[in-house]
Amino acid sequence: MTPATLIVLALVIPTAVALLLPLFASRANLRETVTLIGAVLLLVVVLMLLPLVLAGERPALDVWMVVPGLTIAFKVEPLGMLFAIIASGLWIANSVYSIGYMRAEKAHRQTLFYFCFAVAIAATMGIALSGNLFTLFLFYELLTVSTYPLVTHRGTVEARNAGRLYLLMLLGASTILLLPALGWTWVAAETLDFRPGGILGGVVSNTALGVLLALYVFGTAKAAVMPLHFWLPAAMVAPTPVSALLHAVAVVKAGVFTILKVIVYTFGVETLAAAGTGDWLVYVAGVTVIVASAIALRQDNLKRRLAFSTISQLSYVVLGAALFTPLAVLGAALHIAAHAVSKITLFFAAGSIHIGAHVDDISRMKGVGRRQPWTMGAFAVASLSMIGVPPTAGFLGKWFILLAAVGIGQWFAVGVIVISTLLNAGYFLPIVYRAFSKVDGARPSLAEAPWPMVAPLVVTAILTVAMFVWPEIPYQLAEMLSESLTTAPAGG
Amino acid sequence: MTELVKLGGDLASHYNQWITVFLMVSGLYIVIARGNMVKKLVGLSLFQTSVYLLYLSAGKILGGTAPIIDPAFTVYSHPLPHVLILTAIVVGVATLAVGLALVVRINEAYGTIEEDDIFEQDDNRP
Amino acid sequence: MSEHLPALQVVVPLFGALLAALVRRPWPAWLITVVVSIAVLVISAMLLVRVLDEGVISYHLGGWDPTIGIEYRVDIVNALILLLVSAVAAVIAPFARLSVLSEVPEDRIGWFYSMYLVALAGLLGIAITGDAFNAFVFLEVSSLSSYALIAMGRDRRALVAAYQYLIMGTIGATFYVIGVGLLYTMTGTLNLGLIADRLADVESTRSVLVALAFIFVGISLKLALFPLHYWLPNAYAYAPSVATVFLAATATKVAIYLFARFVFSVFGAGFVFADLPVTPVLVTLSVAAIFGAATVAVFQSDVKRMFAYSSVGQIGYITLGLALATVTGLTGGLVHLLNHAIIKAAIFMGLGAVFFRVGGIEFKDIAGIGRRMPITMSAIGIACLSLIGVPGTAGFVSKWYLIVASIEVGWWWLGFLIVLSSMLTVLYVGRFFECVWFREPSPEAATATEPPFEMLVPICLLAAATVYFGIDTELTAGMAQRAATALLEGLR
Repeated sequence: MTPATLIVLALVIPTAVALLLPLFASRANLRETVTLIGAVLLLVVVLMLLPLVLAGERPALDVWMVVPGLTIAFKVEPLGMLFAIIASGLWIANSVYSIGYMRAEKAHRQTLFYFCFAVAIAATMGIALSGNLFTLFLFYELLTVSTYPLVTHRGTVEARNAGRLYLLMLLGASTILLLPALGWTWVAAETLDFRPGGILGGVVSNTALGVLLALYVFGTAKAAVMPLHFWLPAAMVAPTPVSALLHAVAVVKAGVFTILKVIVYTFGVETLAAAGTGDWLVYVAGVTVIVASAIALRQDNLKRRLAFSTISQLSYVVLGAALFTPLAVLGAALHIAAHAVSKITLFFAAGSIHIGAHVDDISRMKGVGRRQPWTMGAFAVASLSMIGVPPTAGFLGKWFILLAAVGIGQWFAVGVIVISTLLNAGYFLPIVYRAFSKVDGARPSLAEAPWPMVAPLVVTAILTVAMFVWPEIPYQLAEMLSESLTTAPAGG
Repeated sequence: MTELVKLGGDLASHYNQWITVFLMVSGLYIVIARGNMVKKLVGLSLFQTSVYLLYLSAGKILGGTAPIIDPAFTVYSHPLPHVLILTAIVVGVATLAVGLALVVRINEAYGTIEEDDIFEQDDNRP
Repeated sequence: MSEHLPALQVVVPLFGALLAALVRRPWPAWLITVVVSIAVLVISAMLLVRVLDEGVISYHLGGWDPTIGIEYRVDIVNALILLLVSAVAAVIAPFARLSVLSEVPEDRIGWFYSMYLVALAGLLGIAITGDAFNAFVFLEVSSLSSYALIAMGRDRRALVAAYQYLIMGTIGATFYVIGVGLLYTMTGTLNLGLIADRLADVESTRSVLVALAFIFVGISLKLALFPLHYWLPNAYAYAPSVATVFLAATATKVAIYLFARFVFSVFGAGFVFADLPVTPVLVTLSVAAIFGAATVAVFQSDVKRMFAYSSVGQIGYITLGLALATVTGLTGGLVHLLNHAIIKAAIFMGLGAVFFRVGGIEFKDIAGIGRRMPITMSAIGIACLSLIGVPGTAGFVSKWYLIVASIEVGWWWLGFLIVLSSMLTVLYVGRFFECVWFREPSPEAATATEPPFEMLVPICLLAAATVYFGIDTELTAGMAQRAATALLEGLR
C-alpha cells in the first residue's frame, strides 16, 4: 500500500465505522464488533505509517484545493505520527471500556454515542495528519461539533448547560481568535503549510508575532490555557468514556498538539526565540499549571479533580513549547504521549469506581481500593505518572522540560515544575492512601466493575510503565521533531 | 435686486420640477403619516404620479408636437419617455389594485383598516 | 432556437404562469410549474456555458437597436444569478406539491402557481435585462406577484405583512425609477452599458449624485438593507412555506445583483467608492445589520421569523463584501450571495416540512421534534452549521473571503467583527438546536413523522449542497471571483 493510501485509510476507517453503525442500531453486539474491528484496523494502518516516518520519509497527500489558500492536505511528520498512534491505540482501549460502561449504566441512545465517537476519532486523525493550518482547523471544528452530542449525552439540564458552555467556548475561541489568526497568517505568509522552521519568520514584525501567538494559543481553547479552561470541568457531566476521550485522547490533546505544531511549524521556534515577544507564554502556562493544581487540591468530586489536573498537565506541554528550545519541544511531545496513557487510566478508574462502588466523591472512597484492587492499583500507577515519579512515563516529559528550562536559565519555569510536582503529589497520593486504608468492621468483598472496563485500564496502566522502560518509539519521534528544528533553514 | 429677479425667473422656469417635487414629498408624507390603509395607498399613488411628470417633462421640447411624422412639423417631443410612462402607469394601476384588494381582505379579517388597531389586535409590531 | 435563449429565459415562465392560471386545477398547475422550472434551469445552464465559452451575450429584443430598444445582456455575473434563481426554483418544484396542497386553499392553488411563475419570470427578467427601465418593470412584476404569494399565507397576519411589503416595495421601486429617470435626462439612454459610457462626461453633476442616492436607497429597500428591512421578517414568517423558500433564496439576492450592477458597472467603483463616502456608510449599515438582526433573532418566538431576521443579518455580510470593493471582498460578497441562498433555502424548506407535519412553527410547537423527524432536523442542522460558518461548509468559504478581504485592506477590526458576529449566529442556532433536540416533545410534535419522500429529497439535496460547496467551490467561489473581476472592470 502506498503511504497516500494509508493516510486516506486512516481517515476512512473511522468514518466508515460511523456510517455503518446506524445500520446496526438495533443489534448491540454487531454494532460494538464493528467499532472494535474499526479501531484495530485503524491502529494497524497507523502503525504501518510508522516505519516510513522513522526512516525519515514524510508521506504527504494533497487532496483538494477549496479556494486559493485553503487546501485540504495531509503530511505525516513525527509529532502527528505520535499523536495518531496515541489516539488510535487508545480508541481500542476506550471502545472496550465504553462497551462495559454503557451497558452497565444501561445508557440510552448508545448508537448515537458510538457514532459521534467514531466521527470524533476521524476528526482526530485529520488533526494529527494535517499538512497545513486549514486542514487542522477544519478537523478541529469537526471535533468540537462531533463531541457536542457526547457532552450533552445525558440530556439533563446540567448536561445541556455544560454543552452550551462547551460549544460556545470552543467554537467561540476558535472562530473569534483562531480564524482571524489564520487569515492574518495567509495574508502575511501567503501559505498555510506546516514547514520545518516555520513560515512566519521575516514576514511580520516582532510585535505581530507576539499578538499572533496569543491569537493561536487562546484560540485553541481545547488546550484549556487559563482563562479559557471553564468548559473542561463543566464537561465532566458527560459519561466517563467521554471524559476519557475528552481528557486523554482526542479533544484536549488536539488542543496542545495544535499549539505545539503551530509553534514548531508555523512560527518556528528559532523565530520566536529571536523575537522575544512570545516569552509571556511561559508565564501564562506556568500560572495555569500552578493555579489549576491548587484548585484540584480542593475538589472532592473525583472527576472534577481529574479535570483540573488535566488543565494543569496540559499547560506543561504548553510550557514546554513556550521555552522555544528543541529540548523543551522534545519534552512537550513526550508529555503529550505520557499524559494520554496516564490520564485515560485515571478516568477509566473513576468510571470503574462509579460503576463498581457507586462512589463519585473522594471523601467517600475509603476502602474502595480493597474492594477494587485492580482498578485502584492502576489508579496508583497512573497517579505516580502524573506526579512524575520514575518508573512511569510522566517522568520523561517533565525531565526534558526541566532540563531545557535549566539550560536556558528560565528559573520561573523550573520553579513551576518543582512546585507543581509537590502539588500533584498533594492531591493524588491522599486518594490512593484513602482508597487502600482499612474500613472498620467486616472484611470488604471484592466488587470490581465488569471486565471490559477493568481490562483496558490495567492495560493502559501497564503502558504507562512500559513507556518509561521502553520509550524508543515515542522518544525517536520526539527526537526527530526536535532535530528538525535545528537543522531546518530559518525563515519561510 | 436684478439677481433676485433672475433667480426667481430661473426657479419659475423650472416650475414643472417644482410640481414634481411637491407631489413626491406630499405623497411620501401621506404614506408615512396616515394610519388608514386606503389613505396610504392614495399617498402612494400620488408619489408614483410625480415620477410620471418627471419623465414626461424631460421628453417635452418647447414648441414640439406629438411625434407623428408630418411634413408640416419639424420639432417633435421625444416619444420614448411617453412610452415608458405608459408602462409605468400600468404598473402603478396594478400596484394600486393589488393594494386595494389586500385592504379589502384585511378589512374582512380584522374589521378595520387602521394600522394601529390591527397591530393592537395582533400585538405584532415588527 | 439557441440564439433566442435569453428571451426564452423570461418568456417560458411567463407563459407557464398564463397556462397555470388557465388550468386552475392544483395538479396540472403544479406539473406546469415543474416543467417550467426544469426548462428554465436548462436554459440558464446553457446560457452560463455559452458565456463561459464565447463571452458576453447581447440579445436585442425584437431586433431594436440598444439605443432605443431593450437589450438582454448576459455576462458571467448575471449568468450566475440566473442559474441560482432557476436552480432554486427547480429544487422547490418537487417539494411544492404537498406543501402548497396543505397550506393554500384548493381553489387558489392554480393562482398560487401562476403567481409563483410570474415572480420567477420577474426575477429572471431583472437579472437578464441590460435596460434600466426594463429592470424596473420586472422589479414590479416580481414584487406584485410576491405580494400576492405572501397574502396567501397561513393566517391573517400574512395579509398585513403583504400590505406592508407592498408599501415599502413600491416606495423602493419608485425611488429606483426616479433615479433612472434622472440618469436618463443626463445621458439620454436607458441602456446600462450606454449610461455607463456617457456618465463619464457628467459624472460629478448634482443630478447624477441625486440619481445615485435614489437608486441606492430604492434598491436597498428591495434588498432589505438595514434599517430598510422592516418589511422582511413578517413577509417571510407568514408567507406559505414554498413562497418563503423561494423569496428568501432569490428575491433579495436578485436585488443585490441589481445593486451591484449599478454601483460597479454603471456608476463605477472608482466613482462610488473612491470619490464618494459610500464605503463607510455601507460598511456601517452592514455591520449594524449583522449585529442588530442577529440580536433580534435571538429573541424571536416564531422560528421562521427568527431565520427571517437571520436573513437580514446575512444580507449584511453580502453588502459588506460589496462595500469593500476589492476583488477579494466582492468575491466574498458574491459567494455569500450564492451560499446564503442555498443555506436559507435548505433551512426554510426544512421548516416547511415541519410545518407540513406539525401545523405550527413556533418554538413551543416544534419542541422535541428532532427525535421524531431526525433526517429533516439533521439536514436543517447541517445548513445551520453552514450558516454559522463552520469550516468544511459553504458558509465558511464566504466568511474566509470576507475576513481575508478586510485584513488585506488593513481593517483588522472588521475581520474581528465578522468572526464575533458568527457567535451571535451560534446563539440563535443553538437555541433552536436545544429546543428541537432536548426539550420534551410538544403534543403536536410527539406524533409527527418524517415528511414524504418527495419533500425529504429536496431538503437533503440542499443540505448536501451546503457541504458540497464548502469543499468544491469551483461553481461558487471560482465563478464569484470571475464575476467580481468582471464587475470591477466595468461594462465595456
